[in-house]
Amino acid sequence: MPLTTARRAKRRGPRRFTPRDLAVIGVLLGIPVLLDLALIWGPTLASVGLSFTNWDGIGDIHWVGIDNYKTLFTDYPPFWPAVRNNLLWVAFLGLVATPFGLLLAVLLDKGVRFSRFYQSTLYMPVVLSLAIVGFIAQLVFSRDQGALNAILANKNDPVDWLGDPDLNIWMVLLAAAWRHTGYVMILYLAGLKSVDPSLKEAAAIDGASETQTFFRVVLPTLRPVNIIVGVITVIEALRAFDIVYAINHGRNGLELLSVLVTDNIIGEASRIGFGSAIAVVLLTVSLGFIVTYLVQELRGGKKR
Amino acid sequence: MEPSSSGHRISRRALLRGTAAGAGAVALPALLTACGGPGDEVKIGSNASDAVPRKAFAEVFNAYEKKSDKKVKVNTVNHEAFQEGINRYLKGTPDDVFMWFAGYRMQFFAEQGQLADISDLWKGFDGFSAALKAQSTGKDGKQYLVPYYYYPWAVFYRKSVFAQHGYEIPKTFDEFRALAKRMDKDGLDAIAFGDKDGWPAMGTFDYLNMRANGYDFHVSLMGGEESWTDPKVKHVFDLWRGLMPYHQKGANGRTWQEAAQSLAQKKSGMAVFGLPHPGQQFSAADREDLDFFAFPEIDSAYGQDAVEAPIDGFLLAKKSKRQKEGKELMKYLATPAAEEIYLKRDPNNIAVNDKASTSSYNALQKKAVDLVSNAKQISQFMDRDTRPDFASQVMIRAIQQFINKPNDIDGLTKDIESQKKTIFASD
Repeated sequence: MPLTTARRAKRRGPRRFTPRDLAVIGVLLGIPVLLDLALIWGPTLASVGLSFTNWDGIGDIHWVGIDNYKTLFTDYPPFWPAVRNNLLWVAFLGLVATPFGLLLAVLLDKGVRFSRFYQSTLYMPVVLSLAIVGFIAQLVFSRDQGALNAILANKNDPVDWLGDPDLNIWMVLLAAAWRHTGYVMILYLAGLKSVDPSLKEAAAIDGASETQTFFRVVLPTLRPVNIIVGVITVIEALRAFDIVYAINHGRNGLELLSVLVTDNIIGEASRIGFGSAIAVVLLTVSLGFIVTYLVQELRGGKKR
Repeated sequence: MEPSSSGHRISRRALLRGTAAGAGAVALPALLTACGGPGDEVKIGSNASDAVPRKAFAEVFNAYEKKSDKKVKVNTVNHEAFQEGINRYLKGTPDDVFMWFAGYRMQFFAEQGQLADISDLWKGFDGFSAALKAQSTGKDGKQYLVPYYYYPWAVFYRKSVFAQHGYEIPKTFDEFRALAKRMDKDGLDAIAFGDKDGWPAMGTFDYLNMRANGYDFHVSLMGGEESWTDPKVKHVFDLWRGLMPYHQKGANGRTWQEAAQSLAQKKSGMAVFGLPHPGQQFSAADREDLDFFAFPEIDSAYGQDAVEAPIDGFLLAKKSKRQKEGKELMKYLATPAAEEIYLKRDPNNIAVNDKASTSSYNALQKKAVDLVSNAKQISQFMDRDTRPDFASQVMIRAIQQFINKPNDIDGLTKDIESQKKTIFASD
């Protein structure tokens, strides 16, 4: 602020601020900045700080250095499966669900028959919360009373879709993808509608095939949508929690970092220090994606 | 920013005024709730969120209100949420008296200095066994809990299924295994089993350990003083592994409710449960057919001495400003009359006070009274007998892993032991 006041003293022009203006700017910018510091950066730094302690939520806070991280990496069996599962979520949603959503959007955009009907049917799961999707998954995949085993009629040796730790993660990903696909589809559909048809015509006149037109002309013009979809996909994968929590509290093959954080921090005899260490790991993973995204964005911005 | 016209300035001022008013509106309710209640009432934190217990407790507190002309204010929270939030609850502004569990799970909070000592009340108590007193006592030798009711764990079965096939109640583990084998041949799942929620299988482990190694070993194992790689512990898992072929398959994907339903549908023969559990899944007509027997003997040195019977009761928060009123209420809750009112409404438990009338009990309740009153020792349950973080973070996972791969006992016990060391060393 002193810079502005100094400048104002020298240069009397249309760009000066009255004291009241400064106060208003200060308040209107200050409140959001303070809220941001208090609600986002404060807790983040507090978590990082707590991750070096063994606080249990009630007693005194003892500094334990990197002990929590050591335990986490070497002596906490659910940790590595959770990391693996989180990355599997990113990969599955990013490489399977998202492209599939794009494919559906393109097909619908071409105007197949009953496209309105398909559109609303495919979008329907998006209005359900993932916890509900989890309950639906249980109705379908339960070993003894589930719909799928009833249809397969494998009474003698029913498949344990949600209890088998090698199988259940795929069933859950399938259920999550069911919802994610609809979400991605609707975003791309909106994007495709706004693509100027003359671009496609021009490409066709120049002799481009339909595939070429799509990948060389249409997809690049969808860049803003691509970015949004990419961000949403990563966020959905890293914050996944409710669906596995509804199914089996995120155990037995369905471990996720978010669940481990909750399990350790909430609950009796809470291990807040240890849970914070897991949260810091999740933060680091998220930061990896955020930094990559920002770098891309800033570079892209310069080029344009 | 361009300097704006006076018209804009007014709207900005209005905006600021609006913001200030909004902030006030957010802060106001917080100020209101900060005021305390009057002195002639007692606040109770209740985890009895299910319909039946909730109504039953309401009647008990009504009776107390009439008796004492004090107002009882009940603050009911969802059962699981109450448990999960207990730390924050005790650290914040807890109610005067609140419902909780006996044993290690209570001692843990007594050690943290969150509970008020009620040893003076205990001197006047009558009708509680020594085992009950032990479970209400903290590690410092002072009493903290008023026990209210308990429910024993046992092996449940349908009388008609046993009669139909001519099965007999097994006394020893060998007979138990032979019976399971016979049921298997008869096309039944011998032992109904569901561990999706993680805790139900703990009951089987507790019983196997107490029968094979005795109550004292079980308690010190739960207290973190024994090694999980001890051959005695491996023996327990080994016994369990021998029974695994007769357990329902896919237990990690099945809830205990589904397991109990298979018992009700006569698809399986037996199941290890607590008294309130299987009955809920039986139709009213079938409930008569439900019966149980004590978990069979493994080592004759320990016989069937120990019974797993979790005790629920009341604690007084140290932070409460109404210690006198709280203690008066607890004194009432320890009387046979108070327990009778509750159990008339909720027949899934039995009274702890042996002066309480058992005339309204059903057959199962009466049998349960026999079971616990003949018990030489009473254990709580794994998640009540050990540190909650050890039970939920280590043992749930370990047992589920054992159910998936029962053959790697050495690796499993080594895993548990190394995690146990970190958790128990953390204080």
